[in-house]
Amino acid sequence: MAKTAAAPAVIIRARVDWLQGALLAALLALCFFLVLYPVARVLWVALADENNRLTLVHFQNFFLRPLFREALWNSLWSGFLVVAFGALIAVPLAYVFARYEFRGKILLQTLATLPLVVPPFVGAVAFQQILGRSGAVNLLLMQWFDFSIPFMEGMTGVVLVQTLHFFPLIMLNTGVSLANIDATLEEMARSLGCHGFRLFRRVTLPLMLPGFVAGSLLAFIRAIDDLGTPLMLNYKNLLAPQAYLRITTIGIDDVDGYVICVVLVVLSLASLFAARKYVGLAEYATVQVGRSARMPIHGKKLFFVLLASALALAVALLPHLGIFLLSLAKVWSYSMLPTRWTLDNYAEILFRVPHFIKNTLVYTGLAAGLDVVLGAAIAFLLARSRLWGVNLLDALATLPLAIPGVVLAVGYIRVFHGWDFPGLGAPLSSTWIILVIVYTMRRLPYTVRACHAALQQVHVSLEESAQNLGASRLRTFWRVTLPLIGGGLVAGGLLAFVTSCVELSSTIMLVPRVELGPISYGIYVYMQSPLGRGAGAALGVVAILLVAAGTYLTHRAFGARAGGAFRV
Amino acid sequence: MKQLAALFLLAISLASAPLYAKDIVIVTSFPKELFENYKKAFEAKNPGATVVINSKQTNAGVTYLRETKAKPEADIFWVSAPDAFQTLKNDGLLEKYAPPKEIMARIPAKIGNFPVHDTDGTYFGFAISGYGLMWNKNYLAANKLPAPKEWTDLGNPRYFGHLVISAPSRSGTTHLTIETILQAYGWDKGWALLLNAGGNMGAITERSFGVPEAVVSGQYGIGVVIDFFGLSAIASGQPVDFVYPSLTSVVPASVAIVKGAPNMDGAKAFVNYLLSEPGQMLLFSPDIARLPVVPDLYGKGPANYPNPFKTKMGGVEFNDQLSSGRRDIVNSLYDHVITFRHKELKDAWAAIYKAEDAAAKSKGPKAAEAKSLAADARKLASQVPMDEKKASDKELVKAFQGKSGIKAQMETEWENAARANYAKAKETADKAAALAK
Repeated sequence: MAKTAAAPAVIIRARVDWLQGALLAALLALCFFLVLYPVARVLWVALADENNRLTLVHFQNFFLRPLFREALWNSLWSGFLVVAFGALIAVPLAYVFARYEFRGKILLQTLATLPLVVPPFVGAVAFQQILGRSGAVNLLLMQWFDFSIPFMEGMTGVVLVQTLHFFPLIMLNTGVSLANIDATLEEMARSLGCHGFRLFRRVTLPLMLPGFVAGSLLAFIRAIDDLGTPLMLNYKNLLAPQAYLRITTIGIDDVDGYVICVVLVVLSLASLFAARKYVGLAEYATVQVGRSARMPIHGKKLFFVLLASALALAVALLPHLGIFLLSLAKVWSYSMLPTRWTLDNYAEILFRVPHFIKNTLVYTGLAAGLDVVLGAAIAFLLARSRLWGVNLLDALATLPLAIPGVVLAVGYIRVFHGWDFPGLGAPLSSTWIILVIVYTMRRLPYTVRACHAALQQVHVSLEESAQNLGASRLRTFWRVTLPLIGGGLVAGGLLAFVTSCVELSSTIMLVPRVELGPISYGIYVYMQSPLGRGAGAALGVVAILLVAAGTYLTHRAFGARAGGAFRV
Repeated sequence: MKQLAALFLLAISLASAPLYAKDIVIVTSFPKELFENYKKAFEAKNPGATVVINSKQTNAGVTYLRETKAKPEADIFWVSAPDAFQTLKNDGLLEKYAPPKEIMARIPAKIGNFPVHDTDGTYFGFAISGYGLMWNKNYLAANKLPAPKEWTDLGNPRYFGHLVISAPSRSGTTHLTIETILQAYGWDKGWALLLNAGGNMGAITERSFGVPEAVVSGQYGIGVVIDFFGLSAIASGQPVDFVYPSLTSVVPASVAIVKGAPNMDGAKAFVNYLLSEPGQMLLFSPDIARLPVVPDLYGKGPANYPNPFKTKMGGVEFNDQLSSGRRDIVNSLYDHVITFRHKELKDAWAAIYKAEDAAAKSKGPKAAEAKSLAADARKLASQVPMDEKKASDKELVKAFQGKSGIKAQMETEWENAARANYAKAKETADKAAALAK
């Protein structure tokens, strides 16, 4: 159905496109200088022998060690499970948001994005306080039924937490695709007697694949590269924690840590190209983009939709509730709720040390803005250009997803520390600009993937007709393409902002002084002493509120303008 | 777009305020309460001087100093873990310094058997720490458990699943605790205790601070910690308590000047301040709660403050050379037989406890046989696949740090031996339990 509905696309570009070429060269240079080169400076050790010659012997050793084989298998399996379970939560939510209109929808959409923000350290403590072995839920179960559930143990715990953490990636990207599906296609199917699940499986599902695959890919790569969750659960037999533990051990240059990083990068790139190949098998572009009608629902149906979404989100947002309680707690120890309360933590972070919040706004705002611009340009080339080097650009722009923050941070110090940046009087790595750069590059894959998925649904003939009517290419991009992929852009930018707000692994390496640290760094500093737990949690609450406000405002602003350019 | 560009330009101009040469830049892993108190006090005493804090985890701090060595930006390195200082010293990243005689004269050369300062004058002990056990009173009461007293309590079956420790490879202070146990009880007996305790651990954390966090929040009952984690948690009103076991060792937390520090005079002034009387007295504040290195100051401190120079806290003649010589091997061994095999180890010990319990209660004809099988299982799960001499072998230690495959080979051997031992132990214990029925 999907394949026949789309007009066959025949794109032949005979002449060499200089403008595209220049853009491609510039973007390639940028990604090379800010991603590949710094990372290669660090990871080279995995490919070199004692005399600094190229060797693959370390990789051979990797596969010979039972510990690493176990970790590799665990990582792949948990990544797969996270995507599978995540899709079960994400797709219905995305469908509800894309197809139905009801009061309080934006609020629900905002809440559904929040699970992505789990502030470092306090998130872990809150998870434990709620779902841990002496957490509120288990204490309650013990009291009422005299048993407890090990939510937070081993691989099961990792999969559970990561599913709750990463499903919004699938939801947001699937949502963009769903919103771009021409509703008449579904109507036609319905009039031909196709209903219910069959309609979803035969029409809707195939059409929403670009976004779904893009989201699943992001979730899979994030899950196998995720460090926070396994470390929080003290589960170490996965690739990412094995790499981290080996790289950050004092006094040993453990080559295995870097070898695992390379393995992770290869895995991520392989899944990227596999996903692209799969999506590339079919054509998703439609000429009539986005006449997707949204049905208002009320009464019983609305009640069930709300109940189901609220149940899913309530579980996913339990840790956030935990962080909030923690921020008000003076003593919360082996009890369902805190036993002594205080507001002093907020006084501390809002009035005594307000710079953490201010810094976060500046850094992540700038980074998300840059990501949107770069992501739109890169995605445009990926979808529209046949130039040599496009695939390389795709790989380079996706690479940061798979690179541990600590590796990129060390790479930046190696590359930038040696020379004073013109006009700064200091190396780039000694100023806070490096933080904006590292956030921009680490979160660039989100905008690229989101825009790319959106562009795959925009038929090139729309742009061609604009140009036939005399519009210049820049004008075409500005007036035709950009509004059509606006949803993807905003979704990607939002993801970049959301995830940068709580980034820690490269932040902690690159912050030049306490006063220049963002919220995540502030949380780290507070969480080094038992006294700072509450203040750290209060900062976590602020991070969550910032993200909520950002999400809410983007939904409001872009939902109202241009007849729903933003349909996430 | 235009606004964005303007914003970016503005950002760049804001960021271009360079670090002032007068700043004293300190890389530290210490908590906020500690470094802020010192920053305030030092700046009040030295008008015009500014202390800039760059707070990093110990390992991030070491990496940072290594990566910036061509053009150092930090003046002071200030952390707890002795291994971090040894590593930096070996890399030639610490500056030699001799603080004024009148300051040094008040500090003894050794605490127990442990030198307070680096004998080559590259780093200086400014506070003393002891190791011990911290527990959550609510948790123990709810689970009807007695408070622990000694390291050997960690192997007690009743604490199964209630304990927490950080991996020694991740925490210099835990490594010293492990070494204390190995030196106090001997290599084989020490490892037997560590493996038994490892089986009892509910969790093995990746950060030292994960342990007090887990105990304070009540996720686990008892944690192996450095004293100030316990003391400062008590001071902040948490329902926890702390004890020094009778066989423990005390170790200094240190400060060093970074080689080629941009503000050498400032760095020296800061080290002098830290070791002088006003700097030492600050350690007594309840939110810092550390032990000064100047013995005669304890008379001026709060009443009942632990005094490591008077009370016999250092029951172990701690051999620092032995400890630092085999550090990498002991840490990696611990990870490969305990941390990464935690599940198998836990399963084995659970089976052993069950078998021992069943055998003790059994009145059947095969009770004696069950007992002896359970003892076999215990022995299997207490075996460390490495002998003491080899752990200190100089060539092996060196090969362990380099790129050769020896490290990978050793680690694989340990892992395989551990897997085999624990599986056999569990099998034997299950057999014993079946016999006892």
